[in-house]
Amino acid sequence: MPARIGVVVFPGSNCDRDTMYALSLAGAEPVELWHEQASLDAIDGVILPGGFAYGDYLRAGVIARFSPVVRAVTAFADRGGLVLGICNGFQVLAEAGLVPGALLRNRGLRFLGRDVHIAAERVDTPFTAGLIAGRPLRMPIAHGEGCYFADDATLDELERDGQVLFRYVGGDGAAVGADDGARHPDNPNGSLRAIAGVLNTAGNVAGLMPHPERAAEGLLGSDDGAGIIRSFVAAAAGRASGRVADPNVAAAGVGAGSGR
Amino acid sequence: MPVTLTAASAAVTSAAVPLHRALGLTDDELDAIRDRLGRDPNHLELAIFSVMWSEHCSYKSSKPLLRTLPTQGEGVVAGPGENAGVISIGDGLAVAFKIESHNHPSAVEPYQGAATGVGGILRDIFTMGARPIAVLDALRFGDPGDVRTRHLVDGVVRGVGGYGNCVGVPTVGGELVFDPSYQGNPLVNVMAIGLLDERRLTLAAAPGPGNLVILFGSTTGRDGIGGASVLASSTFTHDDPSKRPSVQVGDPFAEKLLIEASLELIERELVEGLQDLGAGGISCATSETADRAGTGMLIDLDAVPRREPDMAAYEVMISESQERMLAVVRPDREAAVREVCARWGLPCAVIGRVTADGDIAIVEGGLDDSGAAAAGARELARIPAAALTSDAIVHDRIGAAPVHARAAPAPGIPEWPSDGLPERGMDPGAVLLALLGSPNLASRRPVFEQYDSTVQVNTVAGPGRGAAVLRVKGTTKALVATTDANAPVSGIDPWLGAALSVAEASRNVSITGARPLGVTNCLNFGDPTRPEAFWQLSEAVRGLGDACRALGLPVTGGNVSLYNESASGAILPTPEIGVVGILDDIATLIGPAFVEAGDSVVLVGEAVPGLAGSEYARLAGAAPGDGPPVLDLEREAALQRFIREAVAGGLAASAQDVSGGGLAVALAEAAMWGGIGGRLRIPVASSPAADLFGESPSRIVVTCRPRRLEALVLLARQHGLPVDELGVAGGDRLLIDLGNGGATGPAEGRGSHVADALDVSLADLEHAWSRGLGRALGWDEVD
Repeated sequence: MPARIGVVVFPGSNCDRDTMYALSLAGAEPVELWHEQASLDAIDGVILPGGFAYGDYLRAGVIARFSPVVRAVTAFADRGGLVLGICNGFQVLAEAGLVPGALLRNRGLRFLGRDVHIAAERVDTPFTAGLIAGRPLRMPIAHGEGCYFADDATLDELERDGQVLFRYVGGDGAAVGADDGARHPDNPNGSLRAIAGVLNTAGNVAGLMPHPERAAEGLLGSDDGAGIIRSFVAAAAGRASGRVADPNVAAAGVGAGSGR
Repeated sequence: MPVTLTAASAAVTSAAVPLHRALGLTDDELDAIRDRLGRDPNHLELAIFSVMWSEHCSYKSSKPLLRTLPTQGEGVVAGPGENAGVISIGDGLAVAFKIESHNHPSAVEPYQGAATGVGGILRDIFTMGARPIAVLDALRFGDPGDVRTRHLVDGVVRGVGGYGNCVGVPTVGGELVFDPSYQGNPLVNVMAIGLLDERRLTLAAAPGPGNLVILFGSTTGRDGIGGASVLASSTFTHDDPSKRPSVQVGDPFAEKLLIEASLELIERELVEGLQDLGAGGISCATSETADRAGTGMLIDLDAVPRREPDMAAYEVMISESQERMLAVVRPDREAAVREVCARWGLPCAVIGRVTADGDIAIVEGGLDDSGAAAAGARELARIPAAALTSDAIVHDRIGAAPVHARAAPAPGIPEWPSDGLPERGMDPGAVLLALLGSPNLASRRPVFEQYDSTVQVNTVAGPGRGAAVLRVKGTTKALVATTDANAPVSGIDPWLGAALSVAEASRNVSITGARPLGVTNCLNFGDPTRPEAFWQLSEAVRGLGDACRALGLPVTGGNVSLYNESASGAILPTPEIGVVGILDDIATLIGPAFVEAGDSVVLVGEAVPGLAGSEYARLAGAAPGDGPPVLDLEREAALQRFIREAVAGGLAASAQDVSGGGLAVALAEAAMWGGIGGRLRIPVASSPAADLFGESPSRIVVTCRPRRLEALVLLARQHGLPVDELGVAGGDRLLIDLGNGGATGPAEGRGSHVADALDVSLADLEHAWSRGLGRALGWDEVD
């Protein structure tokens, strides 16, 4: 049975179709989760895709965090469900407090769309189990607010607890360096400690700024992102046998949202 | 019951100028309006005519010229007159594409001008039932060192990105060109491409009297009042504050919702016709859709949702508020349409009915249940729909060649070219580096990195290296697209410049192996009431038509932007050409970069002298006696057939067009992009500058595995094309031996000492090329 992965669609999401396409390539069954939907059912994992949820005119993700679906996703995560936020999805997760830190405007104060390299710090998570530690993965970024920020104490804590999931690296896998890493050319947006992706403390929610779903086929220049999608799908499938029922849905007897 | 244009009439009548003139209509045009109405127009009617008969909406100066263009071709499903051209690509799919200008709004407010330019062209695409899949932006500015130019570049680039990135349509290509003629009047031309299921093709017509007229999307406000007529239809001074309110304001989030809602309405077959609201607002959308179907409309002005109170009737009718759509809907589907709009959070209102009388009638006071004007309603205006669109006024302008054009030098090069190369120092490598680092040839990365070029996961080749390539999901096919315009040569000879633009755009598509399908064009010219400017326009349209016929390309649509003049004069005539092609098997795709060391490097086509209009001439100084290059359209067609066959047959490993900066720049780019140098020999004929840096057309650099060389050369000769084996790819330097006779012969005769070889490392080429634009614009390194 393929893993059923919910893909959240806010008004203004624009990577929802790409994410569903990449999930299909990875053998999963993508399911649209409309932003007004207040419960999830028979879902093995959730991806919050990229875009500009609700226009993001105020600050990326700040309105989306109050949407019904984010409340549902929060409940899903609290029950141990797997949640991945990509780009705008990461921003929404950070605004909702589901992952630590914040995403500020890029250091260069301009939107940046280019290929970058990232490497997984840990390969024992549901998001990275199919990756090789430290190996550089090439995939695009496309964001204006991707500069990862947290205070020093939080950053130290993240490092200590293994919550740094991905860092920007050079094309050869070289670290960008701790001292002046924020200004290193391989760190495109000036993220502190070159952090490209983080985990929550429980290890079931992750966010990253680069777009693995855009690097899932060699035809488009890189399939390095496919490993992240496949890892996520495999971990979700592993949980499919014991799908966590949404108590709200069970009580109300309502099926999953129909979407568009 | 006089209908008054409060603001406009108060302002103008006090100056004792008749209202029609204040609105930009001539006395002759007022007479023509009286003829069509059989009476005097009231003020509201006059305002509507002034917008609909503006140059931008009516094409009144260019229509007679545009009728001469070839519009028929294989697979053409929709051509000029529709919102976008549509061509079938097989598998039940079709491609919709169009290019449009937003020049004057961008000069006034660069961010919003460019952003709404993107928004407007995207609406033209999804109105046809196509999902927009790509944007290309062709930008032209004045001196990059000038403070105002930098302000405009920054704002336009942020505007294109701010809109395109948010709506989730990748920006995959375009151009950025600097020339002093654009100093007071920049050009922002945006091309959009969409993909549709042929069964979903939707036309902008209003059939079926009794059907509902529904307006959905954003509300109507005072922004962009008369934007098209005011801004795009008269000569322009950028510091005129009275024109500032004419610039529309874009909301890409609303556009994204509009795209999804419109495509859902079409997918569920809920609309009979669909039209976006652009220039001319409600006036234009109602009259165009009615006229296309031979119907009329009764519009209830009170029903239009507004974003501000106390709007006058004329303001509602001509507002160019963005992100609005007009749908024609059967009454029994109203509820379903409202449900779709509600789901996407879009306001939606029935503003009228389709009628059989052929008139656009505007009432206030509401309609009754039968769709007729309610008792007590007032009719504010009644105009035959055709009078506003198909039967709008057409002017036969007078064209006259400028005196200097008659005295223009014949194509070709004089015996002693004053090409400037020897004076620049003896090393052609130094000239090559200077060209690669010059504002028009340096890497565009600092600009295109501000765009999302990969969303929608179709981008096989994005901006920066020739044509853009987009795979078509679910097929083996790819769409290939490019924009090109040769303005410098158009300034010397508009026929030649336009023909060269078509040839280059089509060539850039063909060298990937793709078959060009059709042409969209954006003609940016000066004031058509000036005989010289009108001559430029008519010559360019003739060149466009001749080149399209020679290459077998239909013109499926486009836009004309006139009055591109400022206090500092007219722009170079700029015929911007967009071409879309189809590659049947993406596995055969080749790119411009060298692929493998050891590959043979071949030049197909031959240089004809002529440096005028080249980037080299711009850098090294003009060559006054030098004419522009010659274009042989038959040879161009043969060259493009040759390379498509070579790619399909697997003979070629890469193909690179020779254009801006000439052969040396083409080779340098192919080497840099492939990370592979070359040991090459170019037999120099008369002038090293013409051979290395001349931009004579119909030439490509092709590489192939050595074992394929014989077959490749044979194929070229079968097409009647000259072939020169230049050498072999490899190493980390670009080394070009200039041959014996040429370089030192005539050059020495001129008392100079041209080096025998061009020898530059790839690292030096890359350094010059990658830093040129940021330096020219004064941008800090983004990293």
